[in-house]
Amino acid sequence: MDDKKDVVLKYVIEEYLEDEDDEITYDTPLISGGIVDSFSMVSLKRFLENKYSISIPDEKATPEAFDSVDKIVVLVNEFLK
Amino acid sequence: MSFSDKVRTVYQEQIKSIRDAGIFKQERFIHSSQAADIEVEFPAGSSLKKVINMCANNYLGLSSHPDVVKAAHEGLDSRGYGMSSVRFICGTQDIHRELEKKVTEFLGTEDTILFPSCMDANAGVFEAVLTKDDVMISDRLVHASIIDGIRLCSAVHDTFKHSNMEHLEKKLQLHADKRLKLVITDGVFSMDGDTAKLDEMVALCEKYDAMILVDDSHASGFIGKTGRGTHEKCGVMGKIDIITTTFGKALGGASGGCVSGRKELVEMCRQKARPYLFSNTIAPVVVSGVLKVLSILSGSTERRDKLEANTAYWRKGLTEAGFVLKAGDTPIVPVMLFNAKLSQDVSRDLYDEGIYAIGFFFPVVANGQARIRTQVSAGHETHHLDKALEAFIKVGKKYDILGKTKQEIIEKYGL
Repeated sequence: MDDKKDVVLKYVIEEYLEDEDDEITYDTPLISGGIVDSFSMVSLKRFLENKYSISIPDEKATPEAFDSVDKIVVLVNEFLK
Repeated sequence: MSFSDKVRTVYQEQIKSIRDAGIFKQERFIHSSQAADIEVEFPAGSSLKKVINMCANNYLGLSSHPDVVKAAHEGLDSRGYGMSSVRFICGTQDIHRELEKKVTEFLGTEDTILFPSCMDANAGVFEAVLTKDDVMISDRLVHASIIDGIRLCSAVHDTFKHSNMEHLEKKLQLHADKRLKLVITDGVFSMDGDTAKLDEMVALCEKYDAMILVDDSHASGFIGKTGRGTHEKCGVMGKIDIITTTFGKALGGASGGCVSGRKELVEMCRQKARPYLFSNTIAPVVVSGVLKVLSILSGSTERRDKLEANTAYWRKGLTEAGFVLKAGDTPIVPVMLFNAKLSQDVSRDLYDEGIYAIGFFFPVVANGQARIRTQVSAGHETHHLDKALEAFIKVGKKYDILGKTKQEIIEKYGL
């Protein structure tokens, strides 16, 4: 579980943070906190789908479901089952 | 009455919150033609003040050029004032098609279609050429009009970090399965004045079979050895699939824009782009003016050469005076102040000294990146730039920012 969290956290840091000194944690609000904009969610969704060989339907890929690393991992696990 | 007190209150509160946030925009009325020397009424009702304009997009100084004004007069006399029709009904004159051909020639593309503005070109182009099976991959600092156009298009949208080619390549790999891929960038970025790495971007697009769109609004007419734009500067003339640009800046500064590029893409715009289909095109008087502008620029590089020399002179002066500038070589020269209030104070004091230059701060630029954006013109003479520099130095001394680093300015004024 933590492995998955670290993979997602690493991706979010590399993908979205302009300043590498900024710190985010598993529960940092990503979309409501302005770190990831709604346009950029698409790359996160595609990354998860490719990485874990899953398909996340658009209706499940909501800003709420993508709002923190914790929540993203819950979503991924739902489709891994 | 539907506009009840309750409804009015909703809007009054919204306007108040804009004021409270310090981002209320106010117009300054210019009582003269657009030029290096202008007469301004500000605040409204005050007496006129003569100032040097350091914030116009009048890069080539052609906004009030006598030959352009004369050509516009002749166009008005021979082709009338308005068209009262969209292009495909009865709103196309011979000079509209003539201008499309001249722009095609100037930019080195295959074909061109005019739009009422570049804002409209960007609003219409994406949905005209892409579908939901495709992907748009844009630089994260592209102009707001591109963002609006992207929102209107059903293709998937993704972004890459500003001018980061490694990141762009990753995105091209990520979306390799899409039917069509379109990479989107500004040629010159309007707030920082930096130039897109079009040579590297074209190479990546060729490698991953992607198209590329460049908004060259802050470049057409003066960037590159003969002023063709960023694609000329980067050595990729003929390799840009879509160029969108404006006639509202260097190319006469009136209004109008276009999509220029591969003939099939231009044809798709002619068939499907909604701002083209449902709005009148550029008025004949403006078309006539732009035709003259292109004829002037095709005959001589004198004006863009003067702009280049002025830009170098201005950058050198500010740097030697000890200001922190954004690096670059375009006529957009941002003087960095970092603190929003400081940018407003400096702008106000410059105005008192007879220099018209605007402070930009969040949300127009990133938080902590407040600046005075200065813009050089071929219409400036050395005495304009010297006087402006003198004023900048005087104000810079007042706020004790000359010779100070970014860190020192932030320590003194905060972010």
